[in-house]
Amino acid sequence: MGILVAVLSGFLVALAAPWLTRWFGDRVGWVIALLPLSITIYLLTFIPDLADGGSVRYSIEWIPALNINLSFHVDGLGLVFALLISGIGTLIMLYGGGYLQGHHQLGRFYLYILMFMASMLGVVLADNIITFFVFFELTSLTSYLLIGFDHNASKSRYSARQALLVTGIGGQFLLVGLILLAIAGGGWEFSVLVDQADVIQDHALYVPIMFLILGGAFTKSAQVPFHFWLPGAMAAPTPVSAYLHSATMVKAGVYLMARINPTIGGTDLWQFVLVTFGAATMLLGAYLAVQRTDLKQLLAYTTVSSLGTLTLLIGIGTDVALKAAMVFLVVHSLYKGALFMVAGTIDHETGTRDIRVLGGLRKLMPITSIGAAVAALSMAGIPPLFGFIGKELVYEAVLDLDTFAIIIAVVAVVSNILMVVVAGITGIQPFIGEEKETPKHAHEAPASLYIGPLVLGTLSLVVGAIPALIDTSIMEPAVSAVAGQPVEVTLYIWHGVNAMLIMSIITVAVGVVVFMGRQQLRSVTNQTNLLAALGPEAIYAHLLAGLDWLSRTQTKIIQNGYLRFYFLTIIVVLVVSAIYPLMAYGNIQLAGDLSDVRIYEWVVVAIVLMSAIMAVRAQSRLAAVAALGIVGYGVATIYILYGAPDLAMTQILVETLTVILFVLVLYRLPQFATLSERGSRIRDAIIAGTGGLLMTLLVLVVSNERFYDSISQFHAEESYPSAFGRNVVNVILVDFRAIDTFGEIIVLAVAGIGVYALLRLRLWEDRSEEK
Amino acid sequence: MKSLILQTATRSLVAVMLLFSIFLLLRGHDEPGGGFIGGLVGAAAFALYAIAFDVQSARRMLGIRPQMMIAIGLAMAGGAGIISLLASEPYFAHLWYHTDIPGFGEIHLGTFLLFDIGVFLVVIGVTLLVILTLSEE
Repeated sequence: MGILVAVLSGFLVALAAPWLTRWFGDRVGWVIALLPLSITIYLLTFIPDLADGGSVRYSIEWIPALNINLSFHVDGLGLVFALLISGIGTLIMLYGGGYLQGHHQLGRFYLYILMFMASMLGVVLADNIITFFVFFELTSLTSYLLIGFDHNASKSRYSARQALLVTGIGGQFLLVGLILLAIAGGGWEFSVLVDQADVIQDHALYVPIMFLILGGAFTKSAQVPFHFWLPGAMAAPTPVSAYLHSATMVKAGVYLMARINPTIGGTDLWQFVLVTFGAATMLLGAYLAVQRTDLKQLLAYTTVSSLGTLTLLIGIGTDVALKAAMVFLVVHSLYKGALFMVAGTIDHETGTRDIRVLGGLRKLMPITSIGAAVAALSMAGIPPLFGFIGKELVYEAVLDLDTFAIIIAVVAVVSNILMVVVAGITGIQPFIGEEKETPKHAHEAPASLYIGPLVLGTLSLVVGAIPALIDTSIMEPAVSAVAGQPVEVTLYIWHGVNAMLIMSIITVAVGVVVFMGRQQLRSVTNQTNLLAALGPEAIYAHLLAGLDWLSRTQTKIIQNGYLRFYFLTIIVVLVVSAIYPLMAYGNIQLAGDLSDVRIYEWVVVAIVLMSAIMAVRAQSRLAAVAALGIVGYGVATIYILYGAPDLAMTQILVETLTVILFVLVLYRLPQFATLSERGSRIRDAIIAGTGGLLMTLLVLVVSNERFYDSISQFHAEESYPSAFGRNVVNVILVDFRAIDTFGEIIVLAVAGIGVYALLRLRLWEDRSEEK
Repeated sequence: MKSLILQTATRSLVAVMLLFSIFLLLRGHDEPGGGFIGGLVGAAAFALYAIAFDVQSARRMLGIRPQMMIAIGLAMAGGAGIISLLASEPYFAHLWYHTDIPGFGEIHLGTFLLFDIGVFLVVIGVTLLVILTLSEE
């Protein structure tokens, strides 16, 4: 029960966020941070249980008929992620209040980000795969809202849509993959599927399952070639970048790979794909990072690189590699969250994020600079920070590879050298050297802005120096969950002199040298920017432009704005699609028995027919409308004669209101300027005649044939006993088929609002012309 | 083109039509009528008023923006289903309250009525939204 509350409380508080913001004003961040803080504390209580190898499940029925249950499972892997989400979430809620202080949409920010936090907790704690998928997609949606938070800027809107499309399309692959996985494994819970690993891996569908699921994971976690949406997502406010696009959401794909690893991982194909894409992403991300001059872009590309590292490690799949993956995951979240917050603070205080104009801030912002320096040192992998342990483990895992160990090791070292450079550029360079002229004169940031980096920096330092604090209690259950079997985890800061230490020393030494020559590096690497025209982002832009063109073209053809053309299209399509099945399967009996038809019924029919002919031949609109009205009332009369009073009343009322509408519109319109040409009249007559004939035949067929027993019997019999109503029509509308009716009134409402919008749009144009 | 005869007749007609629309709404479960038909009659009453007088007076008499009526109607109709959910019944499996009023007969109340009132409001709202906006143009 507690888990359910922990996950869903975020949604409830999110709904209250706008009011909370109104009540607490500038201090709202401190209030809202209490929620993630209490979730963090609650999650910490699971540690003793999990350290003993246990796990906690909680499930309630949601849609049992479809095997969809709201089931949650807290194991080591889920707990590490959940702690990062709620822990960093606490700091971000604080930070957001300071960063967006006085922003007129602060309430909306908290609404979105709390919904995001809750969705993310759902992702990492869900056990049912469909529940997992729902939360997974919710993170994409909330991310879309957050990236587009500054919705007046077209850059934000473009980036938000790009992120949504890339992760959303990946999500569709993922859904199919998960369903196939459930079919292959015969279960809908991760905790059940993990025992079916052998069955699934031998299943004929294994390869498609793997690629479909990886499609979801790679797009979400920005692996090459889908990496381009992540730097674009930097259009979001910095608290969002720090939270979603470094510490949490982009790791949802990594989480998925880790979660599914014991079930479908470990095969040669899996290893090959993950190692290849992971290594490529790792290198490309780091390479693209050093070209940038915007702090957030630098951090975004290194995040891409780190996500590649995590994919690579999960792909390698040995105990050491999985250990490295989990440690590096925590390392990265701690330092990257801090550096993003620092970048935002610098932007907030100086008015720029361009590293070329930043410098000497340590005197102006001493506390921020300490947080930044610690985070940068962890990123660079300097002992005794946690980043050092992480990097050592990464090297150990890479050297462990059977094939291509050398290539991957070189990739890892080069990427890490570039990481050292970026760590220097983002965490050290703005604070050292001469003070420079910035758009705003910098001051030390308020507490809400520096608490985050300080806390994360302290954590990096403490768990780096004393890894025993978390190795057996938190990391061991996590690594065991990813491996699918118990793995012992003990972390040391000092391994003795070995290959990894030498690689580390080389990394840092070369990194420092390259950092000194960073300007030359930037200008050299900028030469390759021309290649971007062939890159995936360019392909995405072309695809999008193509889609726009396609919609424009087909709209121009199909919806050309002439009502008569719409009718023509509708009737022609109907005739063409119905005529074959009607001829092939219909049992048409034209010779009906007409002896029952009373004389007054003939009269009504005759009136309807004559009015219809009059409507067609009328020379003025008013006459045509009046004639059509008679047709409608005539039909209503037939309904009454055949015992359908509800239908008749509706018909009469609709006819009346239609005439009112026509009258309102009509006297504004000019006289018929020209009546249509003889040729088009003949064409219309043929099409209308065919349509009418077809409907007549259909009615005859339908009244002759019954493919199924009529349901009217059931409705008539059950109407009073189960729905306590004697008017069957109404009982069907409000009870038996209430969801249909609900859908219909929604359509009605949408149509009404559409009409309103069109009319108001016209009014607005008229007014602007008057001016 | 304001006709005194139409205006005078409208004053009394509107009251009767509105009463009739509510009558239709409430009897709908047992006799011909219901939210949709009732809504159309109600909308016709306001439309008549708008034609006899002017749109502003009709809006004043309505007292609420048609958009708001649509929103409230949709919320009521959807909410009727959610009440069932809270009672652990499937969505839109209506809940019932039966009572016997002496001299009047058996009365069945239920969430269906909430649903039908929602339909009623949406129909009035949409119809008036279109008619009133059109006549203002």
